[in-house]
Amino acid sequence: MIDVIAFYLFATVVIAAGVMVIASRNPVHSVLWLILAFFSAAGLFVLLGAEFIAMILLIVYVGAVAVLFLFVVMMLDINFSELRGGFLKYLPIGATIGLILLAELVLIVGTWQSAPGSGEAVSAPTPPLLEQDNTSALGALIYTDYIYAFQAAGLILLVAMIGAIVLTHRSRPGIKRQVIADQVSRRREDAFEIKKVETGEGI
Amino acid sequence: MGAALNSPSSPWGEGRGEGESVMTIGLEHYLTVAAILFTLGIFGIFLNRKNVIIILMSVELMLLAVNINFVAFSVFLNDLVGQVFAMFVLTVAAAEAAIGLAIVVIYFRNRGSIAVEDINRMKG
Repeated sequence: MIDVIAFYLFATVVIAAGVMVIASRNPVHSVLWLILAFFSAAGLFVLLGAEFIAMILLIVYVGAVAVLFLFVVMMLDINFSELRGGFLKYLPIGATIGLILLAELVLIVGTWQSAPGSGEAVSAPTPPLLEQDNTSALGALIYTDYIYAFQAAGLILLVAMIGAIVLTHRSRPGIKRQVIADQVSRRREDAFEIKKVETGEGI
Repeated sequence: MGAALNSPSSPWGEGRGEGESVMTIGLEHYLTVAAILFTLGIFGIFLNRKNVIIILMSVELMLLAVNINFVAFSVFLNDLVGQVFAMFVLTVAAAEAAIGLAIVVIYFRNRGSIAVEDINRMKG
């Protein structure tokens, strides 16, 4: 009973937050609604029993991606209300295509049936929860059967990191930087000049 | 923990008719939520055609819907591979967000605008 209530609660919140992401006037509010959507989706995952994915969703999406969005939205000095022009212009076509797509998807979900015997064709059966919890089961799978895909995912992240740094890095002229070689090679004669000051004459 | 997880009577063994009540959460419920979320993402791209950041957020919503599908199928099929691939989708989504936002930042630095209709000079 409680899981049914929890499912409908999380599902309602995730959909409402999704609506607010695309409908909200202020992009900062959009990001905050996006965070709420991710939180509720993580709740759905916990209900499903996929705790590790749920926590990863919180850490990666809420902790990194959404905060990145927030930074960028707040950093760029943009008149966002200007960008909202055409909202009503595109509403009919968007609503039409969206409704058609939704109808198709719901039709698929409603009429879809699994092939007989496909329940047995499981490549990596979930171990019983009392023997092995979700996280260690996932780890045992990722680090053995899917090690190459896992390494490729790491490479994707590395390339993304390098790409983001290369893209946003700029060398600005006119900035004083520390040059250690110059500092080390600086000699006493370059810095000092000893003048003999005569009494009563000045320099 | 949901009852659907521990019970081996996922929608596979029995017919679809009896398990599909409002009070039992089955695979269809999760698929419906994911379908609505995916549609919302596409709808958001249409509505906010001028704002790249909202478009990126809509793409994130669509990827989240895909993830919900992956995890729901994984649990109801009793197959762990779906969750592994949900993690890969997550990885790609994070990389995409980082690169996309970096491009937005440098575009704004160069042109002072991120309106989509201004981004039409791609001739190098």
